[in-house]
Amino acid sequence: MTTTDPASQTGYRDHPPRMGFFTDTSVCIGCKACEVACKEWNAVPEDGIALTGMSYDNTVGLGADTWRHVAFIEQRKPIAQQDAGLHHDTDVLAMAADEPSTDFRWLMSSDVCKHCTEAACLDVCPTGSLFRTEFGTVVVQEDICNGCGYCIPACPYGVIDQREGDGRAWKCTLCYDRLGQGQEPACAKACPTDSIQFGPLDELRERAQHRVEQLQDAGVSDARLYGESPEDGVGGDGAFFLLLDEPEVYGLPPDPKVTTRDLPAMWRHVGTAAVTLVGGALAAFAATAFGRRK
Amino acid sequence: MAECHPVGFQWVMEAKARGAKVIHVDPRFTRTSALADIHVPLRAGTDIAFLGGIVNYVLQEEKYFREYLLAYSNAATIIAEEFADTEDLDGVFSGLNREQRSYDTQTWQYEGTDMQAASGQRDQEWKERTGEGSSVSEAARGEAHGSGGAEIGAEPQADVTLQHPRCVFQILKRHFARYTPEMVEQICGVPQATFRQVCELLAENSGRDRTSAFAYSVGWTQHTVGVQYIRTAAILQTLLGNIGRPGGGILALRGHASIQGSTDIPTLFNLLPGYIPMPHAHTNEDLDAFVEAEGTKKGYWGNMRSYLVSLLKAYWGPAARPDNDFCFDHLPRLTGSHSTYETVMEQLRGTCKGYFLLGENPAVGSANAKMQRLGMANLDWLVVRDFSLIESATWWKDGPEIESGELRSEDIATEVFFLPAAAHTEKDGSFTNTQRMLQWHHQAVEPAGDARSDLWFTYHLGRKIREKLLAATMDESTSDEQRERDRPVLELTWDYPTKGAMAEPEAEAVLAEINGWNSDAEPLSSYEQLKDDGSTACGCWIYCGVYKEGVNQASRRKPTTEQNWVAPEWGWAWPANRRILYNRASADPDGKPWSERKALVWWDADECKWTGHDVPDFKPTKAPDFRPDEDATGPDALTGTDAFIMQADGKAWLYVPAGLTDGPLPTHYEPQDSPFPNLLYPQQRNPVRQMIRHKHNRFQPSSTEPGSDVFPFVVTTYRLTEHHTAGGMSRWQPYLAELQPELFCEVSPELARERHLEHMGWATIATARGVIEARVLVTERLTPLKIQGRTLHQVGLPYHWGQNGLTTGDTVNELISLSLDPNSHIQETKAAACDIRPGRRPRGPERLELVRRYQERAGITPETGTEV
Repeated sequence: MTTTDPASQTGYRDHPPRMGFFTDTSVCIGCKACEVACKEWNAVPEDGIALTGMSYDNTVGLGADTWRHVAFIEQRKPIAQQDAGLHHDTDVLAMAADEPSTDFRWLMSSDVCKHCTEAACLDVCPTGSLFRTEFGTVVVQEDICNGCGYCIPACPYGVIDQREGDGRAWKCTLCYDRLGQGQEPACAKACPTDSIQFGPLDELRERAQHRVEQLQDAGVSDARLYGESPEDGVGGDGAFFLLLDEPEVYGLPPDPKVTTRDLPAMWRHVGTAAVTLVGGALAAFAATAFGRRK
Repeated sequence: MAECHPVGFQWVMEAKARGAKVIHVDPRFTRTSALADIHVPLRAGTDIAFLGGIVNYVLQEEKYFREYLLAYSNAATIIAEEFADTEDLDGVFSGLNREQRSYDTQTWQYEGTDMQAASGQRDQEWKERTGEGSSVSEAARGEAHGSGGAEIGAEPQADVTLQHPRCVFQILKRHFARYTPEMVEQICGVPQATFRQVCELLAENSGRDRTSAFAYSVGWTQHTVGVQYIRTAAILQTLLGNIGRPGGGILALRGHASIQGSTDIPTLFNLLPGYIPMPHAHTNEDLDAFVEAEGTKKGYWGNMRSYLVSLLKAYWGPAARPDNDFCFDHLPRLTGSHSTYETVMEQLRGTCKGYFLLGENPAVGSANAKMQRLGMANLDWLVVRDFSLIESATWWKDGPEIESGELRSEDIATEVFFLPAAAHTEKDGSFTNTQRMLQWHHQAVEPAGDARSDLWFTYHLGRKIREKLLAATMDESTSDEQRERDRPVLELTWDYPTKGAMAEPEAEAVLAEINGWNSDAEPLSSYEQLKDDGSTACGCWIYCGVYKEGVNQASRRKPTTEQNWVAPEWGWAWPANRRILYNRASADPDGKPWSERKALVWWDADECKWTGHDVPDFKPTKAPDFRPDEDATGPDALTGTDAFIMQADGKAWLYVPAGLTDGPLPTHYEPQDSPFPNLLYPQQRNPVRQMIRHKHNRFQPSSTEPGSDVFPFVVTTYRLTEHHTAGGMSRWQPYLAELQPELFCEVSPELARERHLEHMGWATIATARGVIEARVLVTERLTPLKIQGRTLHQVGLPYHWGQNGLTTGDTVNELISLSLDPNSHIQETKAAACDIRPGRRPRGPERLELVRRYQERAGITPETGTEV
């Protein structure tokens, strides 16, 4: 078992393959169907009706009441030649004049909970409300969550959040209820351009690798994967992305680390200190006792 | 397309993944531009100049598909000597009557023969074709057409060398010669290099081996020259050989689900189902005279009588008999244009007293929203059927005229009925999409509360009216005149089966009636079976076959993986389940595919029939070398190469001899309100554009006229992905309202600097009709253009908002004038001139005062902008 099989590590036997999302932002058209489908299926409340002025992004970020969030980034860069290049017999663009057409582009990207291989939210949850599913995803059980909020600062991506007036923590479940019925998550189902792809994580990683190579071969040198590597600070994401710029541009941390990674070492230090303290106390006590006998 | 048709855009993305290049031409950088290979911003309202420039490129550089052109278009046809082009008459065509603001279209005809249009204004030549209204069934044919008149239906004269100075090809060449790249740059603001790139891409990607498609959204129709926009695209696609072939065509992306369906079985005043024209109120017009005037001698419109008689049989059943002209006289008659905007004028005049609004919100969604509301305030009754209390249902208590004091609720006599409507998930029915494909949807849940389907409403309303009329007819005191008046309603076949506690009519029974049946009540399978003797009934001839063998063909759902790439078993496409219209043109004149790569249908010489991937849009056994007898009529008169089977000459029309009111060729005219002169002609605007004159519908000075500098910017209106049209389906939905929570205007950083507009601050936008306020989004997606030596700024305004719902805002249609395309009566919503200033608009009566001051500053009078 590799570290990318958290379900086995959790103790599941004969479990289905680890499922996840590959969000290919190079074909996202910013329609926000994912946001609406997510809210409809999961009955997530409205998250405030207010204009932000951040391009067409009025959702701002993931939170208790937003489990999919489409970012819109306006840039002074040429339109990406977002081209899958499946079978090009003729490149008519090359045949035409090579005048640069525009130097403006509009990036769109649908963000979601990453369902980390090493999930800090799950590590710190004292009630067992957050759990690892047989699909390797991370889910909050709203009937167990006691609203302690430990998971919130633990998330390196700032995904999980407490709902106002409710106090409990909420986030994407990767539509755990739909997965159990053999259905894909609502957002992936609603996505018209297959920007959100759902499937076994191993397959998605392979597909994504192929896709990023295609794009780079087609001259989109900015294309890169984010969160796909089991070597990264969270052991790889169950929901990873193809981006066309630095992660920070999309509001994603460039080098996320599981916040509980250092906990064992910290506890070891705490333990040593405690032993020392206890030892000192005992010594003092012993000395006193001996002293009394005197 | 990605903005307004995200689901359909998946196929563009699929095409792109297979190597297609996407060019997006739009004043704004939208979600479509973001995924395109090239975005070409241009000045709103100049598309004919842009497309005309490409036509000129194709003609000058000989990029056209010559064999296709000669075989399938009217390029070689010779035009009558009387015709004079815009080249000869300073920007207008022959036949212009300046007093009446209309064209006598007779001089546009082919040499030696009169052509009838397959669509559009088919009544234009009623006099010539019927002999001043004398009934052809009574009069001999020769008399009816008069001596010396053109011989209708004769083969047009042609010059296949394309050299004759009056052949369509040469006329086209002369007409578009002035649409040079320099002109395109000056008019549209598109740099010549970019323009050249578009021209080359399109030309390189067309021909034997390749095809290009045009996709337009209905914004193209929303101009005073809207129909001619689409005509220019049609010319281009015909020149390049991109019609009737896979990957080609002109795709009209409609504004709502099934607007295609509501054109096929129309909610339009001037059409009957299947594009049969609605009869005009000519004296002595009977069925024969109507068919004589509106049908064609050659092609499938030659069978108009069969389609119409079958329709009348579907409407009136046994009451429709040969001896009463199959109840032809029961059909209402047109007395002029009765479009939505004329209806508003009739409301204001007090002649239109009742109004049904079914899923329509004109107080927000129609041009000159104020006049819409004032019209409604002058009604006796108004019925609004919608999901929520839209602005068109509440203007009498909280509309802008109440705020301004122009109206007082207590003075308004209109009785307003609000009836909640069922959503598509709550009823059975079909959607017809832009590809003419019907897809059936099944009811998922019962409608909540009092909500009912439109089918339920219409059926039961008709049932109750008929009960009342029947009672009146039975009553002795009722006059014979009234009985006669009520007969068309009482004799209707109105017997649909219903189901459930709500008595919902069976939608499939309606589909079966649309499909039609024979005298044994067996479902028909093709419009070829329709008869003109009353033995068949069919509610819409082009839909005949959708209920073939008693099976709902529209509900078929065979996955693409289990059938060929044309996917004929997914839903059903009219006519006859053909997925690509006029696909005879996908093969060469000999019946062989133009190329293997683009093969669709072809002639199988061994089997002596047409075959292929798609259903051939041609008589299956008509050989490519078929030549008809001289006296053949209708479909039999089509030759083996007449691919455009609906046309009176079997050809694609580069030049339109009949059917259009504003010219046989597209011509660039400036929008009604424009800050620029027409560089191409002395004629500034479409001379026959339809203008509605009213004190609330003042026009602005254009071009270099004094006062035009008061409105120096161009404003264009549009939709956002997150909302639906006038907002009735989206502003009340929290999940949609939060995604676009407020009306905004989009302006470039340059305009923001010039007019001191702050990002997220407020701006007031003004025209001669009204002022509105909007939050400011400063964005580089709006780019200033260089036009005629000066910088032009464009202002973008999504039009979804009104005062009701979870997200509210001013109604953008307060700004838009009622200046219309003369063919389609569609308003010019996509291009106008405006002013923009920082800050919120004044409240109450001061809002009107600001409009008045703008009018005063610009020197606007009732005559401004109304020149021919």
